[in-house]
Amino acid sequence: MEENTIIELRHISKKFGDETILDDICLNIKDKEFITFLGPSGCGKTTMLRIIAGFLEADDGQVLFEGKDINALPPHKRQVNTIFQRYQLFPHLNVYENIAFGLRNKRMKERDIAKKVEEMLALVNLRGFQRRDIASLSGGQQQRVAIARALAVEPRVLLLDEPLAALDLKLRKDMQVELKNIQKRLGITFVFVTHDQQEALSMSDTVVVMNEGKIQQIGTPLDIYNEPQNAFVADFIGESNILDGVMLDDFKAKFSGAVFQCLDKGFAVNESVDIVVRPEDVDVVPVEKGEITGVITSNTFKGIHFEMIVDIQNFKWMIQTTDYYPVGSRIGIEIEPDAIHVMKKSKYSGMYGDYSSFSDELEHLSDLEEEEA
Amino acid sequence: MKNSLTKKIVAAPYLLWAAIFIIVPLIFVVYYSLVDANGSFSLDSIRSIGKYSDIMLNSIWLGFVATIISLLIAYPLAYIMARTTKNMQRTMMMLVMLPMWMNLLIRTYSLMILLQDTGIINSLLGAIHLPGANHLQFHMINTRGAVILGMVYNYIPYMILPLYSIMAKIDYGLIEAAQDLGASKLQVLRKIILPLSLPGIASGFTMVFVPSVSTFYISKKLGGSTFSLIGDIIEMQFKSANNYNLGAALSLILMVLILICMAIMNRFTGDDDDGGVLI
Repeated sequence: MEENTIIELRHISKKFGDETILDDICLNIKDKEFITFLGPSGCGKTTMLRIIAGFLEADDGQVLFEGKDINALPPHKRQVNTIFQRYQLFPHLNVYENIAFGLRNKRMKERDIAKKVEEMLALVNLRGFQRRDIASLSGGQQQRVAIARALAVEPRVLLLDEPLAALDLKLRKDMQVELKNIQKRLGITFVFVTHDQQEALSMSDTVVVMNEGKIQQIGTPLDIYNEPQNAFVADFIGESNILDGVMLDDFKAKFSGAVFQCLDKGFAVNESVDIVVRPEDVDVVPVEKGEITGVITSNTFKGIHFEMIVDIQNFKWMIQTTDYYPVGSRIGIEIEPDAIHVMKKSKYSGMYGDYSSFSDELEHLSDLEEEEA
Repeated sequence: MKNSLTKKIVAAPYLLWAAIFIIVPLIFVVYYSLVDANGSFSLDSIRSIGKYSDIMLNSIWLGFVATIISLLIAYPLAYIMARTTKNMQRTMMMLVMLPMWMNLLIRTYSLMILLQDTGIINSLLGAIHLPGANHLQFHMINTRGAVILGMVYNYIPYMILPLYSIMAKIDYGLIEAAQDLGASKLQVLRKIILPLSLPGIASGFTMVFVPSVSTFYISKKLGGSTFSLIGDIIEMQFKSANNYNLGAALSLILMVLILICMAIMNRFTGDDDDGGVLI
């Protein structure tokens, strides 16, 4: 165990009926870090959080808190607190009593409670809200009260279960910054659960990407984005073109009918691999100068850039440029060695990273769904 | 406006119903209690109630005890029901409702057969010949206990149903949130479940207390001939004594007393909660 590990998950497995939710999860959470469990819905991230909080018991494996097994410890005796997705503020108590709830369970003196509540309300920018009724608060304010309530008891670890999902976009962005600031200021560990990759990347020290009950990759946001371990991670984090390729030799990859210089090595000669190229890393050049060429099948103005779908040897790429090229024209493509990322084949190979079914209409629909969610 | 006209038409049958079967009888009750047998204004009936005050208080007390016992039995049951699986909830609900398919008179009568000195319970006890107690017998019928048992047995579904429906609405996440903040099981019950279920307690209390206080059949069958509650006295005035004025006056006073009890109860449970049905 590392020196500053606060929570350790050892071989955690959980099934609901016949369905495997978590499959042999091992994870170290460091003290004072902002760690995010990121994955699509149903990947097991919330289940993992609930096991740490003590609301669920793992079928197999151990949860350790500072090296001590806390499997049998009920939630009210654990030094972790949770911010719930729907806040779960107590409707029959006002703001003051909600925040004081945990302190009263600790049998704190009334004068100390009042002081602590005031301090917490200041922390979340709700000074003077003590006597307010919960029902009279907006979603954002309820969120802040939930944060104040959880932090009032001075937990060592704060668990956050998609806390921003119910807020509108603008408020969500503000709260992201604020949560990050609070975490830095108080110096406690935040374990954050989200399905929003942008949120995960912008807030976390460490991101744990999950899918189908398994950890796909653990790393810093930069690692996760630049060095995805498999096609699932590459696709889930940002936009990616994921191509079938062959490593001819160290630093030499062949895909889309051409040989490219890259920075990856250590593969067997002629090993087939997945190649990731991010849409923003592709350079558009005149046809005669291109390493490969393609025909633009659609082009959408996105504000900062144009987003084009380009057919290169029957594989649809997404390419982002700041210059405009008309639909139907042929362009040349150049890719720098550091823009190519080579991954071992995995069970996700071939499932992601092709934009042939991609259309603005579909994207528009999925945006709407996200907003509604 | 068309909308409000539609509303009025839709509401009309109910208003008519309420007028004929609730408002008019109430007016009659008030009228009869304020006149004498000849129809001229008189407070004699109201004044003569004084001699029934013991019975009145006794009725309220027994009704209160029966309501509290119902609450103590129903509360844990309703909580368990609200937290179990959907299938189990349906089965338990069915079991709670089942006795209500039978007529109250029949239910009370069967209770009487069970409790009699030569009834089923005592016969069974006699039949098994417990060692050391040759003629083990309990005198159960014609006691206050039997009357309270009758009230609890007959009216407890009215306590379980509102409690169950309000507890089923309590978000389990709130309980988790309380545990998360360090509340033990007992603290969760005291600080979360109890306050949130107060409207259910209030309506259950009303729905058991009111019929218990005013019952006459249960006390007559299980309390014996010498035992009477205010309901019995009122019944007697209308049926055998033919003193409608005294009967109406007693009803009126009983109604007022019940309203006062409910007002105290509402004050106690907080009256701004929704979800409770208050009569």
